[in-house]
Amino acid sequence: MKTLVQNKTNSYCETGNYHTFCPISCVSWLYQKIEDSFFLVIGTKTCGYFLQNALSVMIFSEPRYAMAQLEEGDISAQYNEYSELLKVCLKIKKDRLPKVIFWIGTCTTEIIKMDLESTAKKIEAEIEVPIVVANANGLDYSFTQGEDTVLAALIKKAPLRKNKSLNTTPQLFLFGSLPNFISTQLSLELSKQGIKVAGWLPSSKFTQLPSIAPGDFVCGVHPYLSRAAYTLIRQRECRLIIAPFPIGPDGTRAWIEKICVTLGYSISGLKEREKQIWNKLVSYTNKLEGKTVFFTGDNLLELSLARLLTSCKMKVCEIGIPYLDKRYQAGELELIEKICKEQGIRMPKIVEKPDNYNQLDRIREFQPELVITGMALANPLEARGINTKWSVEFTFAQIHGFGNSENLLKLITRPLSRTQHLVNT
Amino acid sequence: MKLAYWMYAGPAHIGTLRIASSFQNVLAIMHAPLGDDYFNVMRSMLERQKNLPKVTTNIIDRHVLTQGSANKIIRNIIRKDKEESPKLILITPTCTSSILQEDLDNFIKKSSLETNADVLLADINHYRNNEYQAADITLKQIIHFYIKKYTNSKISLTKEPSVNIIGAYSLAFHNQHDILELIKVLTELNIKINLILPKGASIEELEKLPKAWVNIVPYRETGILAAKWLKENFNIPYISTTPLGHENLAIWIKELEYCLKSKGRVNLNFNNFIENKTTFNSQSFWFSRSIDCQNLIGKSAVVFGDSTHVAAITKILKKDLGINILWAGTYCISDQNWFKHTLKEYTNNIFVSENYSVVEKLIKIASPDAIFGTQMERHVGKKLGIPCGVISAPIHIQNYPIGYRPFFGYEGANQLIDMIYNTFSLGMETILLEVFGGHDRQVTETASFLNKGDIYWTKEAENIFAQIPKIFQKKIKHKIDTYAASLNKTIVTPEILYKAKASLTK
Ligand code: SF4
Repeated sequence: MKTLVQNKTNSYCETGNYHTFCPISCVSWLYQKIEDSFFLVIGTKTCGYFLQNALSVMIFSEPRYAMAQLEEGDISAQYNEYSELLKVCLKIKKDRLPKVIFWIGTCTTEIIKMDLESTAKKIEAEIEVPIVVANANGLDYSFTQGEDTVLAALIKKAPLRKNKSLNTTPQLFLFGSLPNFISTQLSLELSKQGIKVAGWLPSSKFTQLPSIAPGDFVCGVHPYLSRAAYTLIRQRECRLIIAPFPIGPDGTRAWIEKICVTLGYSISGLKEREKQIWNKLVSYTNKLEGKTVFFTGDNLLELSLARLLTSCKMKVCEIGIPYLDKRYQAGELELIEKICKEQGIRMPKIVEKPDNYNQLDRIREFQPELVITGMALANPLEARGINTKWSVEFTFAQIHGFGNSENLLKLITRPLSRTQHLVNT
Repeated sequence: MKLAYWMYAGPAHIGTLRIASSFQNVLAIMHAPLGDDYFNVMRSMLERQKNLPKVTTNIIDRHVLTQGSANKIIRNIIRKDKEESPKLILITPTCTSSILQEDLDNFIKKSSLETNADVLLADINHYRNNEYQAADITLKQIIHFYIKKYTNSKISLTKEPSVNIIGAYSLAFHNQHDILELIKVLTELNIKINLILPKGASIEELEKLPKAWVNIVPYRETGILAAKWLKENFNIPYISTTPLGHENLAIWIKELEYCLKSKGRVNLNFNNFIENKTTFNSQSFWFSRSIDCQNLIGKSAVVFGDSTHVAAITKILKKDLGINILWAGTYCISDQNWFKHTLKEYTNNIFVSENYSVVEKLIKIASPDAIFGTQMERHVGKKLGIPCGVISAPIHIQNYPIGYRPFFGYEGANQLIDMIYNTFSLGMETILLEVFGGHDRQVTETASFLNKGDIYWTKEAENIFAQIPKIFQKKIKHKIDTYAASLNKTIVTPEILYKAKASLTK
């Protein structure tokens, strides 16, 4: 592995030549989450082509998203960016009546230095619809980090709670976009411990953004939300609870525990709860135990998933990950280290900014029984006799909380079950 | 700035990548930000490719913005040359790279000093070319480069008549099947295939390209530039007729005969072949004469897609099946003169547009019995309750069938007729179900919706109206209202209703 540059024990950095989705893809789940929103991606045909193919059939259901497609005149500043965007936004306002318009800046707006922030302020005043500007481009971010940039921008728009007097007890807010059904499930899980969740970011309506006060506690549910977290800390003076993420039975328990401990609540029945769930999952964990798995890395869920699979006694060859924020993911890192220690195995190698080509070499060498990777490599690897799981599915499937553990393991075991099925028939 | 939800043709680099990845030993390096290699996903998903991607990226990130990409791109080119030893490395610009305005040409010159592979910069411009044009340009560029490089001695034609097929490439609509079908026809005509381009061809083979007697360009969108260049420089005639449908096939074969004669095979005559094939070998020729197809006469359709498929299929619909073409349209703007010229005898309404909402609007206005279009039109049809046959890209995974589904050649003609017939009869079935009350026929509901306009309907008229299948009611009500208004009537009685019907059906 001579191409790897070692940062710290077991953590390396490669060339960053890997396949991932462009972060503007977050539009596809965020417009569904925030029901009164409209997402306008200000970019080129390249961005539009990606979205229309990645969103696939969603695109035919008149989604609340569109491209403001830049033409040569926009690039050479022949057209006035203010009046062009005003025209587009007026039309959106008329046709769709959104309560908020998100502007998603792209590589092109970044390179030609369009000042979206100040243009947005002017147009906002003109059309009387709030505009949130987020730069979710492929120059700076990968895939799920798109949601991070949008949330960070959204937090700046969240109302401040006025009663700042010292005797108001701090409240708990959770951040990260999840389908309502799942966020309610997580809130309920906490309420079993006596903890009340004061609100979620994002809320399902822009008009119902929760109001946060300095000193409030916040905790993330996704591993890719470090910007949002720092925005909450720095701009809203919130206190961040650093915990593992509620993915898998082990993660969910650790997440709740950490919140309880931080807020000074006693923990009841959690251990048993986790055990119960594991018992239900025996048929899956039996399938996974002892097998090897390799993450090529593209959506930042890798560390949490690798931790879960280590709990299932799989051997993790490599955790490829686009970007690892060691502070924000500290809880998750600790947990996987602890699990490894308990099992008496070495911490798996973490490869940041991986190089897909080199990874293919290592996959050839390791011959892992399962590779979790993007679609560009999935079929070619299958054709070479290697089981793969398409990583993008983890972003869209429901994987959070105790209640979705089975769903998650079903996803992971599916390729193995299929192989078994093909062998047996 | 343009508000857009959907586009028919992709960005330029997609066209270049489709050509590059079709060749055997060409590697493309995109100059693009992280995330723009979505092309690899499409290839692996839609075509279910087993091969590892032949497209990589020289990633443009923050660092590149400040420092420039010179060193990085040169390093990457040399690295890929070592790792995969391709014959050609094609540097592919994207929208992002085109506004950085770096001297890519210069980097390429530098790097090619250290590589075994040739290194070329695709001569495309994001803001001027779309996917199809870029594919056309890139194919010509590669051919041009290698013929210049390889051919110094005199080139002689193959001994026996032979052709090049230019237009086999990845992610194209039913392409693989189409090409097989062409090979079949050519083999039966005893014509050798010199080279099929670019899919499956290796760069070294380009050397023998000028040995062919004739070039065949079955799809208008891609290959014409190369064929024209070969004509100018090597005097190879080319055929750009699309061999789709009987009549086109016959023309295509006659053109082939003509070209081969011009090269010295004066005794060739394919007439018997055409006749035999058409009358005896083909189901579709008979089918369009059978009783079933009588029912199609006078039915209406609209057709939309790329110029190749729309032109050929419109002709079949109109000439073979007697279908009334309400309009035909294409999104291939650059080919519009040819398109308009070719279709003018089949319909009065021809248009060119890249805007799907315009197409949707025109479908609504025409309200045809069937639509033939792309995936987008299929969804519009779903919304409006009009059946749709998919005849052109852009397409989804279900339009990459595993089974043999050519559109070209005699088998293609069979398949196409099946598809057309099924599309119409699917529509008919729905209508019959309605007529016989198969689906929920809410007769009572008509009253509320009938008396919503300025025209008043009597109870008796309402009762008669309720007999009309529900899916037609809105349309027919509108027509009757307009008719009544034209007579200055504000009340619709049974009498007016029947009069209107008579005047409308004539
Ligand atoms: S990487 Fe940049 S140019 Fe490409 S789709 Fe994403 S934002 Fe658009």
